[in-house]
Amino acid sequence: MGFEFHTTSLRSAVNWARKWSLFQYPFVTACCGMEFMSVAASKYDIARFGAEFPRFSPRQADLLFIVGTITERQGPALRRIYDQMCEPKWVVAFGVCASTGGFYQNYATMPGADQVVPVDVYIPGCPPRPEQVLDALMLLQDRIQKGEGHSQITIDAERGYDVPIAAIRPKQLGPGAAAKKEG
Amino acid sequence: MAQIVLDRLTAQFTGGELVEVGSNLGNEWARVKRESWLAVAKFLRDDPATKMEMFIDLTAVDRLGLRTWPEDAPRFDVVVHLYSVSLKHRVRLYSAVPEEDPSIDTLVSIWAGANWYEREAYDLYGVRFKGHPDLRRILMYPEFVGHPLRKDYPKEKRQPLVRRQAGTRE
Repeated sequence: MGFEFHTTSLRSAVNWARKWSLFQYPFVTACCGMEFMSVAASKYDIARFGAEFPRFSPRQADLLFIVGTITERQGPALRRIYDQMCEPKWVVAFGVCASTGGFYQNYATMPGADQVVPVDVYIPGCPPRPEQVLDALMLLQDRIQKGEGHSQITIDAERGYDVPIAAIRPKQLGPGAAAKKEG
Repeated sequence: MAQIVLDRLTAQFTGGELVEVGSNLGNEWARVKRESWLAVAKFLRDDPATKMEMFIDLTAVDRLGLRTWPEDAPRFDVVVHLYSVSLKHRVRLYSAVPEEDPSIDTLVSIWAGANWYEREAYDLYGVRFKGHPDLRRILMYPEFVGHPLRKDYPKEKRQPLVRRQAGTRE
């Protein structure tokens, strides 16, 4: 008879559970929605990553997909949806319009959804291919595991835990920081 | 294509209501004095030879800084496109609107469909439609200042409603 033990910290185990059970809220405003549907459908199958379940209520979701162009007029609605989501929560900007405003440089379009909500992962492309979206989802899972999401950092900082700032903002440590880390 | 429309207009309005009429590539157009805008539109709808039952489109044009446009000509044009479903012909009407008093009569009493188009022209170009039942912005938000499709509106000026604030909890 034998026992197998696996030891880990609680935070690591919790983050592992979080990254494989993302409940997404798709905030779909434009043509990127077609690619989003493709990712969600069986061919690319976002269900493989445990994120297959779009909740059409922000109160049941912890991953906000901003899919498409955000106008200035939509800003308050987007902010309210983000505020309604339960913590910890993550945001993905899907496509160049949600990331930077894309080719819209005018009076009506917001230059990136990060003007209003903190974005964890940006996906380039107009629209992005489904593979890029899955790549972004895996990047996000890495960040969740390491506790590097904006919302995770905020919560940890408020509770007085160590925040892995170095992992996300190496430039702010000053010159030579990256070399020291490697060495 | 529809010379009959222009013929009817020139026969009916001889008192200087029409500034100019013309035809280009089979599309007839007429330039109307601002004061006669409503009368001409009503005539085109009711005359049995023109019968413009259908309102297609209404918009405005800002000619500011256009080199091919005379310096002293009024800055804005209001353009309306009309179509006759029964007689299958079209016409395009222009009317000049000066910058100092950008207003013109509303067409809502003739074609109800003009309502939202006039609100759009008001929102984006600042043309006031006299007698419109509900002249509010339709695309931009009420807090927006100015009229963004005017040529002198800075093309990348934004008027944000909400922004992330540094130092607050995210």
